[in-house]
Amino acid sequence: MTSLTALCTIAAVGILLIILVYIAIQGVGTLSFSFLTNDPRPVGEGGGIRNAILGTLLLLLASSAIGLPFGIAVGIYLSEFGKGRFGSAVRFLVDTLTGIPSIVTGVFVYTILVVPLKHFSGFAGSIALALIMVPIVARTTEEMIKLVPHSLREGALALGAPQWRVTLGVVVPAAASGIATGAMLAIARISGETAPLLFTAFGSRFFSYYLDQPIASLTVQIYNYAISPYDEWHAQAWAATLVLMTMILAINIAVRFLTRKKF
Amino acid sequence: MSAPTITTRIPERLTTPPVPSRDQAAAKIAVRNLDFYYGKSQALYQVSLAIPERIVMAFIGPSGCGKSTFLRTLNRMNDVIAGTRVAGEVSIDGQDIYQPGVDVVDLRRKVGMVFQKSNPFPKSIFDNVAYGLRINRLTEKKNELAERVEQALKDAALWNEVKDRLKTSALSLSGGQQQRLCIARALAIRPEVVLMDEPASALDPVATHKIEELIVELKKQYTIVIVTHNMQQAARVSDTTAFFLLGKLIEVNATEKMFTNPDEKLTEDYITGRFG
Repeated sequence: MTSLTALCTIAAVGILLIILVYIAIQGVGTLSFSFLTNDPRPVGEGGGIRNAILGTLLLLLASSAIGLPFGIAVGIYLSEFGKGRFGSAVRFLVDTLTGIPSIVTGVFVYTILVVPLKHFSGFAGSIALALIMVPIVARTTEEMIKLVPHSLREGALALGAPQWRVTLGVVVPAAASGIATGAMLAIARISGETAPLLFTAFGSRFFSYYLDQPIASLTVQIYNYAISPYDEWHAQAWAATLVLMTMILAINIAVRFLTRKKF
Repeated sequence: MSAPTITTRIPERLTTPPVPSRDQAAAKIAVRNLDFYYGKSQALYQVSLAIPERIVMAFIGPSGCGKSTFLRTLNRMNDVIAGTRVAGEVSIDGQDIYQPGVDVVDLRRKVGMVFQKSNPFPKSIFDNVAYGLRINRLTEKKNELAERVEQALKDAALWNEVKDRLKTSALSLSGGQQQRLCIARALAIRPEVVLMDEPASALDPVATHKIEELIVELKKQYTIVIVTHNMQQAARVSDTTAFFLLGKLIEVNATEKMFTNPDEKLTEDYITGRFG
């Protein structure tokens, strides 16, 4: 039994390691300082991914600003007040949302935002990514809050705390590191999304920080380069993948550091 | 458990225990004909009891006899549990706490509670004790807050052990210290009554001894109601003892009399270990 599970674990981790090492080997040759600090140029002239790095960061920031508060609020509602029939209906809906293919989310936002406004925008991209985040964050928040022992709530109530203060002052802080982990997972998940951005943020070959305009992102840039016929762009796609992976890793480490258990 | 049939007549009148050298008219808590239900099952039957001010009253009885349930009706902690229902009257200082319009927050500020399992918040020692003061806005200045926290920790006989590490996590304390921290947290908002639900049941003898000493000390300022499984503990710390069985209050008496010459046969059977 032990050896079987150990074998499966080694296989799973091994495949992951092979992927990571392969990306590193393929990407590191093209990676350079100028690659990170230059915008795309026509084939044969080099260029870099500065615009895409900035675009991805902006998209992550905007979608987190929308998706995290919403998701956490839904999670708090489900765990603290969602005991009745309405609560289980919401829970079912949230679970269903988690399973929706991200391309569908992209097309949906395209229909309700891009078409009426008549242009692609980073803002529409952020909304699409936020929609993907909400159910993930909501469910992890709910599960983490449920782990907080009932005795803590009673302790606070017995001191004369009203219900909302118990929730916000004692229960949520006690679950904070778990909630942060859920948020981190959601951010890591959306930073790798390409499909919802194709129809919304669209991508751009120019340096821009305006979210009301089409904006570049690493994933869309990787996609465009990967399907191109040029070897130079293929190499750049590998390097951009390495950058994206490092970014996700950095986000993970940063959140872990910020939410390490103080008490 | 083979439950004995209760043949004793439950007294209809308000049972006021004889408390030596104390004015009986000053009942801090008066309970009349209290029935309590968890959904459809009844947990308390016609309990009537008066608790005078500044004494320690102990509730004893076998598991499931309703003593904890009764304790939790005194600060309406049972409100938190869905499907519970109360009938009868619980008055504190002459005010029925189950009347509509009673502010539960005010009630719980007046009637503090310490739980069976210590439940410090995952915050610093200082923040744990300051919690009740902060949410109820009981202090105005920062140094006033610090003074109240210090006083509460001194009252709970914990100050000397934690004064140099107030900023460290409450969860780093030992079990006995955590329970005294919870007592300090309850005392910080200066309640008038302190309810204790088996406060020492999870502690070792040394920590238990400290809590018991503390209870005797606290009696000078507070009315204390303690639920305990441990009859020796009831005998050691309490002035009066109430014996519950199957949701009924069987006998209330001065502790000394209760443990030497109880009025009821059932009490004697329980105390001498014939069942329970």
